[in-house]
Formats: sequence, C-alpha cells, structure tokens
Amino acid sequence: MIRIGDAPRVRRLLIGAALVLTALFLLLPLVAIFAQALMSGIDVYWQNLSDDYTLAAIGLTLLVAVITVPVNLVFGVFLAWLVTRFDFPGRRLLQTLIDIPFAVSPVVAGLVYLLLYGRNGWLGGWLDAHDIQIMFAWPGIVLVTLFVTCPFVARELIPLMQAQGSREEEAAVTLGASGWTIFRRVTLPNIRHALLYGVILTNARAVGEFGAVSVVAGAIRGETNTLPLQVEQLYQDYNTVGAFTSASLLALLALLTLAAKAALEWRAARRETAT
Amino acid sequence: MIAHALTWRRERRVLPGFGLSLGISLTFVSLILLLPLTSLVGQLSQLSWSQYWFLITDPRLLASYGVTLFGAAVAAIFNAAFGLLMAWVLVRYEFPGKRLVDALMDLPFALPTAVAGITLATLYSSNGWIGRLLEPLGISISYTWIGIALAMAFTSIPFVVRTVQPVLEDLPAEVDEAAMTLGASDSLAFRRVILPYLWPALVTGTGLAFVRSLGEFGAVIFIAGGKPYETEITSLMIFVKLQEYDYAGASAVASIVLATSLALLLAINLWQGRFIKRLHGGRG
Amino acid sequence: MSIRISQIEKTYGYKGHGSKGHGRTRALEPIDLDIHDGELIGLLGPSGSGKTTLLRIVAGLEQADSGSIHFGDRDVTRVHVRDRRIGFVFQHYALFRHMSVFDNVAFGLTAMPRATRPSSGEIRSRVMQLLEMVRLQDFAERFPAQLSGGQQQRVSLARALALKPDVLLLDEPFGALDAKVRQELRRWLRHLHEELHFTSLFVTHDQEEALELSDRVVVMSNGRIEQIATPDTLYRQPANRFVFEFLGDVNRIEGDIEKEVLTCGNARVAVPGIENGRQELLLRPHEVRLDEQPSTRAHLPVSVTAVVPVGAEVRLELEADWLGEPWLATISHADFERLAITRGKRLFAQPSRLHRFDTSRPQTLAPLSAS
Repeated sequence: MIRIGDAPRVRRLLIGAALVLTALFLLLPLVAIFAQALMSGIDVYWQNLSDDYTLAAIGLTLLVAVITVPVNLVFGVFLAWLVTRFDFPGRRLLQTLIDIPFAVSPVVAGLVYLLLYGRNGWLGGWLDAHDIQIMFAWPGIVLVTLFVTCPFVARELIPLMQAQGSREEEAAVTLGASGWTIFRRVTLPNIRHALLYGVILTNARAVGEFGAVSVVAGAIRGETNTLPLQVEQLYQDYNTVGAFTSASLLALLALLTLAAKAALEWRAARRETAT
Repeated sequence: MIAHALTWRRERRVLPGFGLSLGISLTFVSLILLLPLTSLVGQLSQLSWSQYWFLITDPRLLASYGVTLFGAAVAAIFNAAFGLLMAWVLVRYEFPGKRLVDALMDLPFALPTAVAGITLATLYSSNGWIGRLLEPLGISISYTWIGIALAMAFTSIPFVVRTVQPVLEDLPAEVDEAAMTLGASDSLAFRRVILPYLWPALVTGTGLAFVRSLGEFGAVIFIAGGKPYETEITSLMIFVKLQEYDYAGASAVASIVLATSLALLLAINLWQGRFIKRLHGGRG
Repeated sequence: MSIRISQIEKTYGYKGHGSKGHGRTRALEPIDLDIHDGELIGLLGPSGSGKTTLLRIVAGLEQADSGSIHFGDRDVTRVHVRDRRIGFVFQHYALFRHMSVFDNVAFGLTAMPRATRPSSGEIRSRVMQLLEMVRLQDFAERFPAQLSGGQQQRVSLARALALKPDVLLLDEPFGALDAKVRQELRRWLRHLHEELHFTSLFVTHDQEEALELSDRVVVMSNGRIEQIATPDTLYRQPANRFVFEFLGDVNRIEGDIEKEVLTCGNARVAVPGIENGRQELLLRPHEVRLDEQPSTRAHLPVSVTAVVPVGAEVRLELEADWLGEPWLATISHADFERLAITRGKRLFAQPSRLHRFDTSRPQTLAPLSAS
C-alpha cells in the first residue's frame, strides 16, 4: 500500500527528527535524574536513601497513597456506575464537576483547602477549639491529594462503561443476581483493565503531587514532607545529590507506571486481535 | 413524549445501586470538591470590588500574567508541532524502538512535576549538560522566559500526541489514496486533506496543553527563578502571597487563574461540539 | 486509452515479522489482460480472488512484484499514482468530509501545479458542469455528511472525472448502497460511459452487476483469470466449473452411469453420449422442469419444500432421498398454477440440460430431445 509521506526521504527525515527530539526532551532528563543521583557513587546514594528524613518522607508518601488510592477507587467506581447506568437530572453537571481538578492549578487546589481548614478558615476555629490539626499535618496532605486525584479512575471508566452499555447487567438482573453479584461477576471483568489503569494513574499522581501539597504541608522535616517536598527542600539546600536520590525513586515509580501502562495496552491490543 | 421519558427512566432503574451510588458520589463531590471551592467564594465575598480590583491589578501581578500567558503560548505552539510530528511518526511509520518512544510520550504525566522541575533546572543551568553547550552561544535558558516555556512544554507533551494519535489511527487509507489519485503532492495532501481531519484533535490537544501550562507550578519554579516582573509566574505569586499570610490577595489571584482555566476549557468543549456537528451532518 | 496488463504478479510477504506469520500468500499469478480503448470491463470474483489487488495495481496504489502496465503506449509501471492520470472511485466514496461538494470535485483541479492550473473561473464552470452531469448542481455547497449514499457516490464519480482521466477505475462502486439505488446508479454509469467514452475497469463480486454493466467480464479466482468473455458468452459457454458455479445457482446430481443412464438411489436419468463410470453433472434452476409423471428418459422423484414467488417466476426448493443438497428450480407462474404446487407436493424433475466439467472441454448434454 502506498500512502502519503511514504517516500523514503520524507520518512527518514521525520523519524530522525522525532527520535532526536524525543531523546533530547524526554530521554535525556530521565537519564540525568539517575546520573545526578549516582554522581557521588553508589555508597553516597544508599546513605542518602537511608537518611532519616528521607525515610520519613517515603513513609508519609506511602501513607498518602494507601489512603487516597482506595478512596478514589471506590468513589470512581460508584460515580462511573451512577452516570453510565442511570439517567437523572444533573448528570452532565456532575460529570463536568469532577473534571475541575484537571483544570485547576495545583496551587489553587491547595489554597482552597487552606481557606477551609486553616486557622482563619471557615472550619479553622472549630477545629482549633477541638484541637484537631488538619492543615500542616498529614490529614491535609491526604485531603488535597484526594482532590487532585479524584477524576482519574472515573475518567478511565466512564467512556468504557458508556460504550459497553448496560445490556449485560440487565441480563444479570433478569437472572436474579443481586447488585454486588452483578458488579463482581458481570461489570468488573469488563472494566478491570481500565480500572487498573485508573488506579495506576491515581497512584502516580498521589505520590508525585507537589504544588497542592506544598501549600498545605508547611514543610516540616521528618513530619509533613512527602517525597516530592523532600526533593524540593534538598534542592533548595544545594544538596543536589540528595535531591536527585529522592527524585530517582519517584522517577523509578514513573517508569513502572509507564511499563504497566504499556503492558495493559499490549494485552488489550492482543485481546482485540484474538477475537 | 413525557410518558415515554418516564417509562424509559423506570426502565433504566432496573439496575440496582442508584441510591447508594448517588449518595456516595454526591457526598464525595460536595465534601472534596465543592466545599473547598465555596470557601474561595467566601473569602472573596469579604472583599469590595475596588479592593478586589486593586489586588488583581498589582503591577507585579500584571507582569506575572504576561509571563505566564507568554510561556504557556510558546509551550502550546511547540507542543502542537512536536505532538503532531510524534503522532504522525508513531502511527504511520515502523522503526526500531517505536514502542519505547511511544511509552516515553507519557513520561511527563507519570513523572512528578517537582522532579521534572529540578531535572530541567539542572540540565539547562549554566553548568548543566545542555546549558554548558548553549552558554558560549550566548543563550541562557535558566531564569529566562525560555526556561519557563521549556518546563511548561515538558509537562504538557502528552496532550497533543495522545489526542491526535487515535484520530490519525482511525483515518482510513482511502483518504490518502483519494488525494493521491487526484494528483495531489504529499505536502498539498497533508495540508489540505489530512490536516483538516486532525484539526479538531490538534486544537483540543493544544488548548488542553495551554490550560495545563497556565496552572503549572512544580516544574516551572526551579528553572524560572522567580525574578519579580521577569520570571515570576502567576501560580508562584499565589504561593508567595500565602507564605506572607495574605489570604485575600492569594484568593483574588486564584480566582483569576481558576476563571481563566474554566473559561478556556468551556470554550474548547463548545468549539469541539460545533465543529464535530458540522462534519457529521446536522442538516443545513 | 487502451490498457495493457502483462505478466503482473503479486505476492504478499510475511505478515508481521517474528510473529507466527502465514508465510507468503500469492495474491496474483502472472496476469495478462488487454483492455481496448473505450471498453467497460468488469472484474468479477469472490473475495480473495485478487480482483481488487489487480485494480489497485493498475491504479498505482499497490506495486506489482513484476510485469508491466501500459496505458496506450505509455509505460506506467513505475509511474506514481498521482502522475498516472487515472480516476478512482472508492467503495465507501472517500469524499473529503470537511470540504463542500464543490470543493471535493474541484480538488484535483486546484491541486495542479500553478503553471498548468486553470483559472478559478474555469475551475468553477468545469465543476458546475460536472455537478450538472451527476445531477447534483443544487448541492454544491452541501457537505458530504448531508448527502445520501447514492449522492455521495455520484460526487465521488464527478470528482474522479474532473481531471479528464485516461482511465476510470472503480472499486466495488455500488457495494455499499442498497439494492434500488444500486440499480439506478448502474444504469446511469452505463449511460455516462456511452456518452463520455472513457476506458473503465470496475471490480464487483455481484454477477448480476458484472453481466449488466460490462462489455466484457473478467472472472477471477485465487489470483488467476478464469475466463474473459462478453456477458452472453460467459453465461452460455462457461470455460470451467468455477465460472459456471460462480455465475448463478447450481444443482448437482452424482451417480453411476451405465449404458448412458445415470442412477442414484431410486432416481434415474438418461444422458445420451456419456461413457460409463461415476459422474457429477450440474444444471441451472431454470433447466429443471417439473411434471406430475416420470418420463421414459427421467425418473427423478422430488418433493417441494419451499415456494417463493419472485417477479415473473416462482422459485422452488426441492428435496429427495437421492439428493445430497436440495435443488432449486425456477418455473413460470403458468406451470406453477397448472401443477397446483404446494409445499409437500410430490413431483418429478425433468432436466432440460446437464453440464459436465470433468473433461478437457466443458460439455453440455441434453437428456430430453427438444420438445
């Protein structure tokens, strides 16, 4: 088959340009992260990793992910079920609302939480009186992360579930299945790849969120520093190797995310060609 | 008509879980999304118009609007070209390492912005791998608008590629073939036939990249340096005001950022809707 | 402009190196075909017969592995599709959906290099003339999505004719349209062809379409040409069993022949001039006659299992113990009424002709003397 742009000269030129630009803009930064982290040798790398503050940051980051991912998973599934399986007034509005976190600058996201829960905020006085600390503590970090990552699961599920329609679930109802059985045995098998991908994206963002978290965290070393905040602080302290050591962990996670995505897509493509 | 709608609705409610999923969704959306956003409105309502106007027209802030808009525009234009090239190459050609390149396109979404920020700042600083090469040529990137645009471009790379790619994949071979049988050269066929097919996706992707760049924070601040009037982006202004406990000022600026982003998103959606309607019939 | 196709050959390579490919598939055996100036030729065959590949090679949309193609005296084998001066009509129209009907038809003219491009006034009048020819002059400003399938295909034809191509190629041009529109467009294409005298080659899998439209039909299967003939010859003198079977419904009878009589279970039919042995003979549905009694020459008991009146005739499905698969018969309404046929009625079949293809030349045998 002959198509536009098939001439060898054009093809070589375009592929060459694409490869050079990809190497320069994407591959080089990735390599640089690990090169900088290992600049002073592997021993220093391990030393930096086992630094108390870094370990604390890793712990807090994991805590944030462990809370946000399941919560948003459950919310995402319910929301997707609601907007794809039922029709009700305000359905479109609800779908639009959950896109807001994508449009909002992370700093603004942090700000609105600060305004709500901060000392001078609406709930601040009440929280203060009851000695509950949300801002500049881990609950605040969890809350803004929930805000920032809430669209991911639903965004992956809604188009898929819309395309699949509810025929199969309706068939299950006529066979007398209960709600939970229908979801577990009919819906879930159809959406599990999209669900998994949504979880991967949620996790990547939950672990890596910087702007929103930096507003509400208060940057207390060993207490409210997540890994990205730790990266920033070390960098501002001119501890480049330390900063890139923590950054390399996050980069590693990013690579795992990409690999998982590629694997999911590959499997989906294989299933498509198999049928 | 109404009767029909009612029976249809009842039919849809055959499936269980309406009450539960509605309850959970509304509770979550109210608590996590709406309540915090209303606090912004509450904060702003304490300001008079003149105070508000005064806060958002601070000269240093005005300069930051310019810096942010300009950087985001440059980043979006770069991404339109780069994204179109990558989508084309990834869909139309086979070459070794293609799957790796394809996977790398998503890196900016997977990599935390702070990591991207310090990495770009290090690479392009005057003694960084790339900065060192550019220094003798008299080009400095760190602490200039170029650095800001670069960081914004990096974080929004996937938008154009990933919106154009599926459209290009779905483009039937006959479109190319029809243009060629009518004698069109490659460049003419691309310009007049293929590009119009990709146009809605290209504009949408570029628009989303622009919106994302406007709000970008983590990736930009390190390379930008935050010199007032020159390399200070609007998100950073909000952050600085917050650190000075100027909540009113921060809220006022945030309202501008928020309104701009939402208006742009709405515009993109509306435009897309109109364009698609024209192509898929809708008589007259 | 005549087209001379000589020794065109095409093999598709390994599909997806590394994966368990199907190896090489032969799409076209070496093909020779001469098409005269102004001829309308139909390429007919089942899917996978290579007809579309051949058409696309003539167009320049595919490259042949070897062989040559001449348009008149011009060797176009190595000429890029955009320089071949062909018009191509696609099955799914392939109109540019973001351009108006006018812009679609004008595209080829506006794509010409500036030196040879007609002025915009000339383009305008030429396009309007073409739209008038396809009776769509009132639709110039519409977009393709606002037209019906038949209208879109007419625009596609006008677009292909705008550059006054030497050769018009059509790939299943009416395949995506419903039966009635297809009929109408066929007649109209035939008319257009007579008026404009372009040389054209079209691909179809529909025998009726091929027979109705073509000056000559090229029947293909498995990458080979089975027969090239006028529709009339093709139907009356099929070159082989494939052509016979592909051109219409076929009934089969297989049995042992002894002394010019074929026996199969309790069925017998006299076949004059045939040697002894096991034989399979074929006949068309209209070559089956029905009677209430067996004749001296044929004793073929059948029972009617389905009755479908179609237009001027009635189609019957016949079954019997001695038949592997049911026969089809088409009879006149007069016979249908005379025999008072209903489902389940038992009758006797009388073949008016039998065909055999196992010999080097196909033979037509007549068990009944013309009566």
